Amino acid sequence: MSINTQPVTINLGPQHPSTHGVFRLRVTFDGEQVIDVEPVFGYLHRGTEKLAEERNYVQIVTLTDRLDYVAAMTNNLAYVRAVESLAGISVPDRGMYLRVISAELQRIASHLIATGFLLDELGAFHTPLIYCFRERERILELFEMLCGARITVSYMRPGGVFQDAPIDFWPRLDDFLSSMPGYLDELEGLITENEVVLARTRDMGILSAQDAIDASITGPVLRATGVQWDLRKAEPHEVYDRLDFDVPIGSVGDTYDRYYVRVQEMRQSLRIVQQCVEQIEPGPVRSETPYFIRPDAVDTYVGTESPKGELGFYIVSDGGISPYRMHIRAPSFINLTTLRDLLVGWKMADLIVIFGSIDIVVGEVDR
Amino acid sequence: MMEIEILRSGFDFLGIYGFFDGFMPDNLDWLVFLITSVILAMVIINALVISTALLTWFERRMLGRFQSRLGPNRWGPFGLLQPIADLVKLLTKEDTIPEGADKPVFTLAPIVFLVPALIVFAVIPLHGSSFLGRLNIGLIFVIAITSVNTLAIFMAGWSSLNKYAMFGAMRAVAMLVSYEIPMGISVVGVAIAAQTLGLSNVVLAQDIPFILVMPLGFLVFITAASAEMSRTPFDLIESDSELGAGYHTEYSGAKFALLQLTEFMAPVIVAALVTTLFLSGWRGYGPIPGPVWFIIKTFVVLFGFVWIRASWPRLRVDQIMSLAWKGLLPLSIVNLFVIAVEVFIFNPGEAGLSTRDLLIMTGINWSITIIALIVIFNVMGQSKLKRPEPVALPLANMYANTTVSKKATDLAEAD
Amino acid sequence: MYGLGLAKGLVVTAKNLVLPSRMMTIQYPDRKVGLLGLSKATDTSLVDLIRKDPVNVFKALLGIADVKTSLPQHPRFRGEEFNWYEQRCTGCASCAKYCPLGIIEIVTSESGDQMQEGQKYHLDKFDIDIGRCMFCGLCVEACPYDALHMGSGFEEGKYRRQDLVIDKRQLVSAKKKPSTWFRPQLSNKNYDPHKGKNVKWDSAGRHEKPSLQQQQDKWAKR
Ligand code: SF4
Ligand code: SF4
Repeated sequence: MSINTQPVTINLGPQHPSTHGVFRLRVTFDGEQVIDVEPVFGYLHRGTEKLAEERNYVQIVTLTDRLDYVAAMTNNLAYVRAVESLAGISVPDRGMYLRVISAELQRIASHLIATGFLLDELGAFHTPLIYCFRERERILELFEMLCGARITVSYMRPGGVFQDAPIDFWPRLDDFLSSMPGYLDELEGLITENEVVLARTRDMGILSAQDAIDASITGPVLRATGVQWDLRKAEPHEVYDRLDFDVPIGSVGDTYDRYYVRVQEMRQSLRIVQQCVEQIEPGPVRSETPYFIRPDAVDTYVGTESPKGELGFYIVSDGGISPYRMHIRAPSFINLTTLRDLLVGWKMADLIVIFGSIDIVVGEVDR
Repeated sequence: MMEIEILRSGFDFLGIYGFFDGFMPDNLDWLVFLITSVILAMVIINALVISTALLTWFERRMLGRFQSRLGPNRWGPFGLLQPIADLVKLLTKEDTIPEGADKPVFTLAPIVFLVPALIVFAVIPLHGSSFLGRLNIGLIFVIAITSVNTLAIFMAGWSSLNKYAMFGAMRAVAMLVSYEIPMGISVVGVAIAAQTLGLSNVVLAQDIPFILVMPLGFLVFITAASAEMSRTPFDLIESDSELGAGYHTEYSGAKFALLQLTEFMAPVIVAALVTTLFLSGWRGYGPIPGPVWFIIKTFVVLFGFVWIRASWPRLRVDQIMSLAWKGLLPLSIVNLFVIAVEVFIFNPGEAGLSTRDLLIMTGINWSITIIALIVIFNVMGQSKLKRPEPVALPLANMYANTTVSKKATDLAEAD
Repeated sequence: MYGLGLAKGLVVTAKNLVLPSRMMTIQYPDRKVGLLGLSKATDTSLVDLIRKDPVNVFKALLGIADVKTSLPQHPRFRGEEFNWYEQRCTGCASCAKYCPLGIIEIVTSESGDQMQEGQKYHLDKFDIDIGRCMFCGLCVEACPYDALHMGSGFEEGKYRRQDLVIDKRQLVSAKKKPSTWFRPQLSNKNYDPHKGKNVKWDSAGRHEKPSLQQQQDKWAKR
């Protein structure tokens, strides 16, 4: 006997608890099984690239805060690096160290959010999420000391950072660095060996290294497949060539690896910050740059390793005080290219978890 | 009449009945019966609803503390009036029925959901002879009544014409029906050991709490029961990260309040059942009266539920099903078989198992439990946990000769 | 393995349950206190408290007494309520030009007053629409005369949008507690806007206040 069944199409999102913002997935289910996925986005489109064309180079820093809004520091860094390479601006040493410190702290914060929300999607009743947010809160407090804001930091400027860190920043940073590994251990104790988590993440949503490279996927998602590719190592910028750190990789490329690579990266970031604190020396933090930067009529592309992957800025200048055209290579957006292949064939619950493990931020996808 | 005979065995009912019967004419027996029932129902419903309100407060406070938050603390002392505030909020909301919904079924579902929960509580003995605790088929009654909620959830999901609700309802039917089987079988173990089906007598048989005598039965029961009331890690019926709200996506206002009330009532009932079946009910030590012991034990079990909810993620639907059929069902059968053989050997007769018998059973059962659990863990995929070491793929050679120095690896080891 | 991972998770949550140092909640704007907390917060001994304020003591026993709290903030916090010193402002409108959103509106006219410090424009209008402001602080960075500072507050909820436009009158009369954002002269003095007194215009700038003699040398004897 056969029962006549028909596939069901569901709009997951744009209002859905697990789509990381206003993201929409048109999913066709056969029972619980996913048979087709079509991502629909653009709900958070703010025209950042167009807005940039009518702002001067420093003002655009405030726009980049709002791309990947959980990792504003690294967005700032990626953008100002592009401008510096465009206009040939040099950065003093202390400025570079401060940038690396803040960018790595931001990487920890972003990975904490990714881990927390992944666990939330696995169905843990907000507990890991809130633990993650508690630790992230301490990073945000450090940012508040650095630049007076917690999320939309606008900390960096072409030529350095806007101002030196206050004196009381350093003891707080030391405090954070000494206690954070313990908290990370605790967080791992809650997650890493938990049988339910293992059952839900091991061998789910496997992405092969070849597919990842073909789709030009970057960041932890790529490294989870076993490809040791990190722009901080491959094209060392700022002071990364003076720092010792490893690039953690995964072995299978499944959801669990993506989670575990992030956890290990947080530990590496702590190591980087620790070394920066030891190496940093007094000095200027910002080179003398004019308020209105007028680069020559050239174009440049600079990629930076953001928590989500390679965040690149392509800027074309016509010699004026604002870019002629700016394009953003958003890692969240490009990491979504294999979404359909990743999701088809899995159950509905896996769909949410695999989608969450890619860790997108819609502000960056839609720009 | 047969029914009255069953009901008369409850002391409280008899007491109230006798009290009214004293000054009522004989031909108004039916009225006395009615009054007694209404009074009893009021007592039970109020006790249950108030304890549910208390539970919502308790759960939210405890969850808050587990998650290093505070939990509700604004409204009333320590936030104790929070349930009332919630209720007022829910009742003042607009009660919407989606267009195209099956209106009668949609309206009926919360009621069908609520009533069995209330009825089950009636037979749970708070102490020696409370409510209808001496109902001589208590265990069967409980198992029978609790399975009605499957129907209610399906009604709610089906009638609201919402795909999320439908998903939740379909999952609910599959899961609840599967978990009823191990739950029922583990309860049979209790019944055999206690040599009775009445809940009061089950408590009286527990010279040693059954949690010690049959840990396997306890494990199976509590796992199946938390699936029955769809709590973590089995809360896939309304898994909020996937389905939004599951079967009650479309509900609002008073209907939603009823559904939520029942949902929070389920832990209270299950905790009371666990207390009765496995924690020796109202029996305790010292001068503390029985009902107080009962409430303390119930809240300990509830605390366990909250603790688990705060700590663990959720399983996937097919994993839950395979846990029921491949894990819990064999375990419950092993448990039943072992208990049955032991009772057959000890052959206690009318008097029930003596303390010595129970002690011997405890020893045997614990060893069997450990062996059975290890076997089941291995069958359920313990071996899959091993993973290959990560190997850097060729692309990594792009900077193989750059920085990762010996010092770095040393540092990593020191970490 | 064998459910030990699950048990480990339970231990972690239990640890967070019992350790008070793991609490993350900061209660704001008020905090519920018990009896001891009340006496600590009001800085009176328990006996005095019972004698003077029995109502609050009773409330504290019930756990519904509250004490006002404030959020800890760094002096560099970029808050609302811009601090603007009319005395320092020359009406150059650098801030308005540099604001990415263009929400500062400045109208100036020539004026003959304040000859002593050089001729400057008279400011007819100085509006900041903080309803649209994103508190990036670029206007502060652009101001060459240290006339504009970020504020330190954040409780600026209003019922209507037009109330959020701060005009010149409001700016002049507002409390002068500038944030130390981009103002090293303030952060070097360890000035904390959340505790300290109002900052006068002549000490808010990056330049030393000229003495009377210097002023006379520079301006009067020209
Ligand atoms: S803080 Fe930024 S947005 Fe606000 S007025 Fe100043 S420059 Fe404009
Ligand atoms: S930049 Fe400074 S001096 Fe110029 S108008 Fe603005 S506040 Fe006044």
